[in-house]
Amino acid sequence: MNKIGLIIAREYLSRVRKKSFIIMTLLAPVLFGGFFFFIAWSATREADSKSIIVIDEGQMFAEVFDSSDGADFDYSSFSLDEAKEKVIAGDYDGVLFIPQLSVDNPQGVSFYGTNNPSITMVRGLSRRLEGELENIKLRNSGINKEVLESLKADVDISTINLSESGDEKASSSIGATGVGYVAAFMIYMFIFIYGAMCMRGVVEEKTSRIIEVVIASVKPFQLMMGKVVGIAGVGLSQFILWIILSIGISAVVGGIFTDGAKEMQKAQTEQLENLDVPQDDTQLAQQEATDSLMADFSAAIESINIPLVIVAFLFYFFAGYLLYGALFAAIGSAVDSDADAQQFMFPVTIPLIISIVSLNAIINDPNGSMAFWMSIIPFTSPVVMMMRVPFGVPAWELGLSMVLMIGGFFFTIWLASRIYRIGILMHGTKVNYKTLGKWIMMKN
Amino acid sequence: MELLRVDNISKSYSNHQALSNVSMTIPKGSIFGLLGPNGAGKTTLIRIITRIIEQDSGEVYLAGEKITPELVRKIGYLPEERGLYKKMKVGEQLLYLARLKGLSRAEAVSKIKEWLKRLDLTEWQNKAIEDLSKGMAQKVQFIATVMHEPDLIILDEPFSGFDPVNANLIKDEIFKLREAGATVIFSTHRMESVEELCDHIALINKSEKILDGKKLDIKNDHKDGTFIVTHEGVLSTSEHFDLLGASETEHGLKQSILKNKIQGGPNNLLKELIKSVEIHSFIEKIPTINEIFISKVKGGNHE
Repeated sequence: MNKIGLIIAREYLSRVRKKSFIIMTLLAPVLFGGFFFFIAWSATREADSKSIIVIDEGQMFAEVFDSSDGADFDYSSFSLDEAKEKVIAGDYDGVLFIPQLSVDNPQGVSFYGTNNPSITMVRGLSRRLEGELENIKLRNSGINKEVLESLKADVDISTINLSESGDEKASSSIGATGVGYVAAFMIYMFIFIYGAMCMRGVVEEKTSRIIEVVIASVKPFQLMMGKVVGIAGVGLSQFILWIILSIGISAVVGGIFTDGAKEMQKAQTEQLENLDVPQDDTQLAQQEATDSLMADFSAAIESINIPLVIVAFLFYFFAGYLLYGALFAAIGSAVDSDADAQQFMFPVTIPLIISIVSLNAIINDPNGSMAFWMSIIPFTSPVVMMMRVPFGVPAWELGLSMVLMIGGFFFTIWLASRIYRIGILMHGTKVNYKTLGKWIMMKN
Repeated sequence: MELLRVDNISKSYSNHQALSNVSMTIPKGSIFGLLGPNGAGKTTLIRIITRIIEQDSGEVYLAGEKITPELVRKIGYLPEERGLYKKMKVGEQLLYLARLKGLSRAEAVSKIKEWLKRLDLTEWQNKAIEDLSKGMAQKVQFIATVMHEPDLIILDEPFSGFDPVNANLIKDEIFKLREAGATVIFSTHRMESVEELCDHIALINKSEKILDGKKLDIKNDHKDGTFIVTHEGVLSTSEHFDLLGASETEHGLKQSILKNKIQGGPNNLLKELIKSVEIHSFIEKIPTINEIFISKVKGGNHE
């Protein structure tokens, strides 16, 4: 085995065998699984039910508030003062007081509660009142209910990608956004976590003074590259294990969850059948809409060029890490402790942070000029290009970005090795940007 | 026969001159003491020899050839600032370092086994460096320096941190290595070890070499005709000698330090002394390396 291979093996094994690596590798998927479970659970659970007294002095809104949205509305004819007492006593959560309203100038609606009601609830209440008032106004101007119903329109735009070969593919920006965002964010995390690991490794090596022992037998460049590549291997191993474990755990959790949901649905249908109540048309329509949305989503996922996404992901994953990892290693070689590294970390991480912050703008216009430039420039391209790839990127842009990326990491590795070869042997020197510049320029 | 020749080496850092025109030759099979006060340039010179840093001018030759990265492999270097991977186990660490130095796996394993036994570390093989005492870690580092059987071994302050027992153990190993054909360069400012171990020395002060040669030659050159005499009776400064100091021994005898002013050998002085006192012992005071070092360095400072 040649020397760089030995160094890579040491850097890799010494990290993979650490307890913290094993714990992180096992724990993270459990946390991920738990996270998804929590999201799924919180999205489907019903809000805590509230009971609200409605005092409708004008009798205009008798049918408006039914108990369908997680609140029980009680039209009992309490007086306002009685109702307030009941709320204070804790029997009810609030009082909606609607005085005799003038249709043209509805004033004086109040909500009494012991604590602040949520914005969603207040908005829901006012939307219902507004809607009913609009209906009343429309009826007053001679439009009947059937006409009103028929006026409502619902349009879904399905987006279709045209390709040069003439194929038309259904696409979904939701699917592309999801895939792109997850990929971009993972690259961002990976660069940060393992870049920092690189830096700490170099600082440790420098403070442990091992460098003088090995430098007689290896070149500083070999030492640096061995570390950078070895840590990339650690990252890849951890990542692959995470994916395998996450898929396993999600499958188990997801299975339990879908089963539960299906059973609930079945029970509901049975109940409805038993009661012999015909299912509400709107409910059926809603059900259909949800189903078709799900179908759209999976179709959209299928429409994304998954192999291309995977290849691009692996490429930017490594190239991005090499580009930043080399810089992090150079920082580590220049300082005497982790604490001193902060001032140099900042400018290196700025392009990364800019690219993650700009993702929202990129999603809005994935083929705009900002998206284009940021996905071409090597420092921002790993994150930004991964956001764009699922939306479809012209081949020449992807090619240019990759070529520049390769050039970029060769450049940073060269730059880093210039700093590293001097820095790794310097102790107790206060390093600033001027000295770094001097080191880069210094001949051997 | 020379093993290493340093030819007119100069090196300056941005704010000071570390070495100016230093030349020396190190004979094969010698134990060579590289001496000098802190900051004199010893470590810089070693780093140039091991090609960790590049000289501004001058050349280093190992066995007659200009030193190259391949030749550096024949050097074992123990840096002053000891360094090992703290979390790594002793055995794995040595295996890694040995293989970086070009040993095959099998060779490395058998060498490590042998050396751990020699230095009494076998039971520590599977312990991490951070669990070892400082002295034990230094023994591990010593093994790392010598296990690939280098022709030239450079030891920078090898005894710092060792208790006397372990220091002797290492001293014996150094002699054994020399017997096995290695040449040892020894950088230190601890003179007792130089006195015991070295046969050649070079003294560096303020970036310049001020002295080098065989230890005995240097000592002889620095003899200044001082004698220590134990005697009965009283001596005082005369035309033949200066009395530099006097004290009383525990046996009730007088001890005087005399500086000879008579031409010719010690016998002439002895003849004069016999006339006035009863001599119990008469020893020529040979300067220690420490004294030469201090007088040279201080002299250098006064210039």
